Amino acid sequence: MTRVLVPSGALGLNYDKEALRRGIAAKPDIIAIDGGSTDSGPSYLGRGVSKYARSSTKIEWAGLMEARAEAGCPLVIGTAGTCGADSAVDWMLDITREIASEQGRPLKVAVLRSSQSPVDVAQAFLEAKVAPLANAPEISADLIRNCTNIVALAGAEQIDAALATGADIVIAGRTTDTAIIAALPLREGCHVGGAWHGAKIGECGALCASNPQSGVILVDFDKDGFTVTPLADGAHATPHTVSAHMLYENSDPFILYEPGGYLDVTDATYDAVDQTSVRVSGSKWVPSDQYSVKLEGARPAGFQTVLMALLRDQHYVANAQRWADDIVEKCSAKARDRLNLTAADFQIEIRLIGQTASFGDLESNQTTPPEVGAIGIVTAKSEALSQEIGQLLNPYLLHHPLTAEEEQPTFAFLFSPAEMYRGQTYEFALNHVLHLSDPMEAFKLEVHEIG
Amino acid sequence: MRLARLGDQVQKIRSKNAGPFWLTIDIFCGSQEAYEAIVATLPTSRVAQTFGTSLQNIKRFDISQLHVVKFSLPRPTVQGAPNDRDMHGASWAALLSDIDL
Repeated sequence: MTRVLVPSGALGLNYDKEALRRGIAAKPDIIAIDGGSTDSGPSYLGRGVSKYARSSTKIEWAGLMEARAEAGCPLVIGTAGTCGADSAVDWMLDITREIASEQGRPLKVAVLRSSQSPVDVAQAFLEAKVAPLANAPEISADLIRNCTNIVALAGAEQIDAALATGADIVIAGRTTDTAIIAALPLREGCHVGGAWHGAKIGECGALCASNPQSGVILVDFDKDGFTVTPLADGAHATPHTVSAHMLYENSDPFILYEPGGYLDVTDATYDAVDQTSVRVSGSKWVPSDQYSVKLEGARPAGFQTVLMALLRDQHYVANAQRWADDIVEKCSAKARDRLNLTAADFQIEIRLIGQTASFGDLESNQTTPPEVGAIGIVTAKSEALSQEIGQLLNPYLLHHPLTAEEEQPTFAFLFSPAEMYRGQTYEFALNHVLHLSDPMEAFKLEVHEIG
Repeated sequence: MRLARLGDQVQKIRSKNAGPFWLTIDIFCGSQEAYEAIVATLPTSRVAQTFGTSLQNIKRFDISQLHVVKFSLPRPTVQGAPNDRDMHGASWAALLSDIDL
């Protein structure tokens, strides 16, 4: 039996300290926590930085490092620093060094790096080793080379290699959410389908149970399946909460693709062990002929400046879309004219909060609200240009009349200056897999003695 | 008078990213009766129309054990692209909640 303690769905989301103590008392074989995902958007990968505050990350990580020392087992974090790029891994390693010296404890740390050289990925693309997934964007070698960061998602094989170094702590770059949980049960010969399925159920912490914010869960893996137990007061796993978790953030609730194969839970059975725990068996692992890892990449998408005005006058609230369309047309023409630009150099968009900001043309609810927020978004090819066009847009958002005949209106600005500079923006550029001849081919493993 | 707004007939509708390129929407019907009613009255074509996409883009899962009807579709815009409006795909459930059956 392999016992995995999962403190929460992500480092930075906090965990229930009392529940963690119970987990340590249960003598886990490993503590595994996720450090990121793409869910917060492309900027983190584009810049190679963490979403969560350093102070928060340090406090939570220090608590887990203490727990590790007490439990005498390895501690592993996957997708360190939100995006799992090398720079975010270095940030996490730096925090770990700081804590190790503060705690006065020498440690062996294995670092698994997932960053890929865009030049190498472009070459692999030209050699037909990069294949698209469903709804992948069109790509080219130039587009790949334009990415500021590309990461490959490590699977259980790479985490296993890191654990095999005998490290106390594994800091992994981008991995699949499940790999850090599945790796040790797989290494110890537990049921393969059960290892991946239990890892998927466990990867969001207590989200598979009632009281989902409490975080901490135990997953026990064995020869036939797994048992999941949330550890916080008042948290219960039921066959319903556990099986329903397969719906979460999955486009297919029965099939989950991983490096080297896929998990099929179509025939899995979920049984209550008691009021708190659920037993799962019957999950299948289907190995693939080709070993492939998923790629994520982010590339620059222009510089942005944002402005916001509030419309409260009912005449303008009722005609806000016409007002916004007129501003976009006139201000775009002025920007082309005064700055000698073409349409490809910039974009001005106005979204109407309270009317169509969520769904645009798909919005079906046409009721008139008391007020409307007009958010002006300028995206341009340089920072200076986005700021300049933001300043051109400012007087329109402040004073633009619906018709030339009416008295000049004034709308509410929230701030001075009204322009908010967002700097460089990024976009996700890849939804592809990279074929490998060896699982470690695209990854690097280092061992550091710290503290 | 509105006869049968979808959101009023079920326990909860949730939408979420399934990676940066896909959106997934879970309709938790709450009972066997509600589940059967939704399966019988909500054609996939209606969901395609609501999201402005074509029928063949939509994956549908009717999961009777959970009383859940799940739809997955390519994200209306890629997550975080300049024209994206909803980084986590959280609001799209409301668009589906508002349709009348």
